[in-house]
Amino acid sequence: MKYIAKRLLALAGILLASSFAVFGGLYLAPGSPEQFLVQGRTVSAEVLASIREQYNLDDPFLTRYVSWVGNALQGNFGQSLANRQEVADLLANRLPTTLWLTGLAAVLIIVLGVGLGTVAGLRPGALDNIILFASNLGFAVPTFFAGLLLMSLFSVQLGWFPVFGSGSGEGIASRLTHLTLPALALALPSIAVVARITRTAVREERQSEHAQTARSRGVPERVLIPRHVIRNALLPVTTVSGVHIAGLLAGAFVVESVFTLDGIGALLVTSIQQKDFAVVQAVALIMVVAFGVINLLVDLLYAVIDPRVRVGGAS
Amino acid sequence: MSAPALNLRKERRRHSGGVFSGPLARICLGWLAFVLLLAVLGPLISPFDATEGNIVDRYLSPGAEHWLGTDQAGRDLFTRLAVGARSTILAALAVAALTVLIGGTLALVAVWFGGRVDGAITRFLDFLFAFPNLLLAVLAVAVFGAGVETAVVALAIGFSPYTARVIRSVALRERNLPYVKSAELQGISGLVITFRHLLPNVKQQILTGASINFGYAMIDLAALSYLGFGVQPPDADWGLMISSGQASLLAGYPQESIYAGACIVLTVAALGYLGEQLGGRRAAGRA
Repeated sequence: MKYIAKRLLALAGILLASSFAVFGGLYLAPGSPEQFLVQGRTVSAEVLASIREQYNLDDPFLTRYVSWVGNALQGNFGQSLANRQEVADLLANRLPTTLWLTGLAAVLIIVLGVGLGTVAGLRPGALDNIILFASNLGFAVPTFFAGLLLMSLFSVQLGWFPVFGSGSGEGIASRLTHLTLPALALALPSIAVVARITRTAVREERQSEHAQTARSRGVPERVLIPRHVIRNALLPVTTVSGVHIAGLLAGAFVVESVFTLDGIGALLVTSIQQKDFAVVQAVALIMVVAFGVINLLVDLLYAVIDPRVRVGGAS
Repeated sequence: MSAPALNLRKERRRHSGGVFSGPLARICLGWLAFVLLLAVLGPLISPFDATEGNIVDRYLSPGAEHWLGTDQAGRDLFTRLAVGARSTILAALAVAALTVLIGGTLALVAVWFGGRVDGAITRFLDFLFAFPNLLLAVLAVAVFGAGVETAVVALAIGFSPYTARVIRSVALRERNLPYVKSAELQGISGLVITFRHLLPNVKQQILTGASINFGYAMIDLAALSYLGFGVQPPDADWGLMISSGQASLLAGYPQESIYAGACIVLTVAALGYLGEQLGGRRAAGRA
């Protein structure tokens, strides 16, 4: 419990610092919001002043930061400058797509990464070599390139999947057909890394003394493999998969842009291009928070799986 | 000496003797040499301009004149790949070098001074860890505007905590050895000890980390250029070529995207493999 409280406190501190950095960084960015609003038209000083008044742009920096964080904690991220919508509404509309995409990608990472890695670790030979080689290449493929290749092959040429869109509001089946290729592209490098770590871990556990002892005592392989080998091998695999899954949400914007999905990542990219900073701040904050929280959950999960961490975790 | 210890020695010698001697390692080295040659000589031997093309010559197939064919604007793809190799490699190299500089400096300062300085730097690294790398780069673009320089600096800052963590742990072990203490007692300055004794001991970690970071940098820079945040058209760059070839790819002319993408994949894979032989991903602080 003490360990959890300590970690939560540290996370809160880091999130506070990063929210300050996100807000402060964009505050310093050249080009002021009211200039964006008037878009180069000449307007009177009074109009400019009223805009500054409306968005509280004349308040001191710290005041604005504190009120921004306070509002954000209550789910109010202000107004988008580009389309005069509440940022919170924009996010609520777009979050489901990103969650579907990253959720699917996470499932693929765990199923394919751990699955292929276990197969490679248990069956040395041709299959192992193929998986090893593929994982070496898979890690090196940029997600947007993988996305483009998948799209051109399976959507454009074979017509198996829809080319664009996220299938939102059309049921689960539509979601799955629209998001399978993007999720695969997003997950590919992580699948490669997780498969490789799993393979090494399974190998090591198989040769380990406790496995050999069990073997010499007559424990059959079908019991030994799941209970003694795979279970222990999952320890390092959990951490690595966790780190990669935590990074998905913040890395999804590239893939979302390739497939023109209506997720928060694509929203981040367009908002940066339009200098719509209220949206940029909100999306960045959500991504940093999600990254930190998932990382913390992974660490806690690790402590649950491996009791040794709990004992030594106080340091 | 016991048998396992002997084996360990033999093992170590085998590894240190021929890190790059396997057939796959030779292929990787060969590819990297080819890419370097392409970057250095390619633009010199090509008679074409990398950014100007003749629209009449669009989508030509590979042939005697245009070795790899042309893109949608009639530009020679071989020339663009060669010129792109320069900018792509230089930018990734800049990220890797800057990462070592930032991460290494932070780590060595933390180790040398210890105590409160170490605490502050560790705290700062934790803070940097809170930002996913690509997000940090994109935010930097939002603040400072698009461009390859912004992308390079932001990625280096994002990468540096991983490098710093590894260097710090190795240097810390060294710092507490008697020889460093005795040198300190003799009045040798911290700067001299750090450069002459601590730095050589973390050399391997730095090299491994840099080779792996180079790969990550190439991928991330390509992604930023794809989004329009990195290298700007009409400059030639592998990441940008994947993106400018996107329409052609979907229209049935895949050459441009495929060539550029293959160059990135092979280069990153080759470097990743060699880096792994050198010391493993773990040594680079990346899982």
